[in-house]
Amino acid sequence: MLNALMLVTGVAALLLAAWCGWAAYRDQPTKDWHFIGMAVVSVLALVQLVAGIVQLARGEKPEQGTTIFVAYLLGSFACVPAAGLMSLAERTRWGSVTVAAAGVVLAVLEVRLYDIWGG
Amino acid sequence: MTAVQDKPARLISGPGMLLVWFYGVMVVGALSRSVYQIATEFDRAPLAYTLSAVAGVVYAFITYTLVRGGETARRAALVCCAAELAGVLIVGTWTLVEPSAFPDATVWSEYGMGYVFIPVLLPLSAMYWLRRARERNSA
Repeated sequence: MLNALMLVTGVAALLLAAWCGWAAYRDQPTKDWHFIGMAVVSVLALVQLVAGIVQLARGEKPEQGTTIFVAYLLGSFACVPAAGLMSLAERTRWGSVTVAAAGVVLAVLEVRLYDIWGG
Repeated sequence: MTAVQDKPARLISGPGMLLVWFYGVMVVGALSRSVYQIATEFDRAPLAYTLSAVAGVVYAFITYTLVRGGETARRAALVCCAAELAGVLIVGTWTLVEPSAFPDATVWSEYGMGYVFIPVLLPLSAMYWLRRARERNSA
């Protein structure tokens, strides 16, 4: 369950990165549709956060430690919304690049989460 | 003195925003990592964990100066980026020459390889950006 969520969130983050990278390539700022995309990825990360905490509450132990696991869950959740706010402040292509970078960072976080959880 | 000149020069317009993002990520990464490691297993690798904490503080200061803007902040950020670059190069070389001093990795180990070399690329691009910022503002 959790592994599937990590995979879906990671892939969605990469898609978001590609989409916003494309917008940046065309010299466009982030638009409403991009923000809907960011919302989808953020909801996935939120579901993952809740699912992770539920697993912990059931007594399961992440391979590399509970604190690190929770920290990465929180980081994954905060990643895309933070970049979204910054792209609101920067209404040029560079706002789009920032969101694209956030998508890549989130994908990396998902890989690390997978390792920390222990597959 | 006009009102326009009184306003601190923005350092986070355009590519600067991307820099702030990456610095923000490194602040969270380096500080949370070092806080956790210092709190739980400081004795295992005190030097490595202290260096990670120092790196995190430097990143935090650079992020703050970038967001704040203005000429003084720009100079302070330049100095810190130079210090950061020196730190990455020194610690990176140190970890290669004397691995036994570092039982565990720091943010700057092997020139930041564990962080896709972002720690070494970031100060270079930031310094380039900050130097350009002065020309832009004086133009």
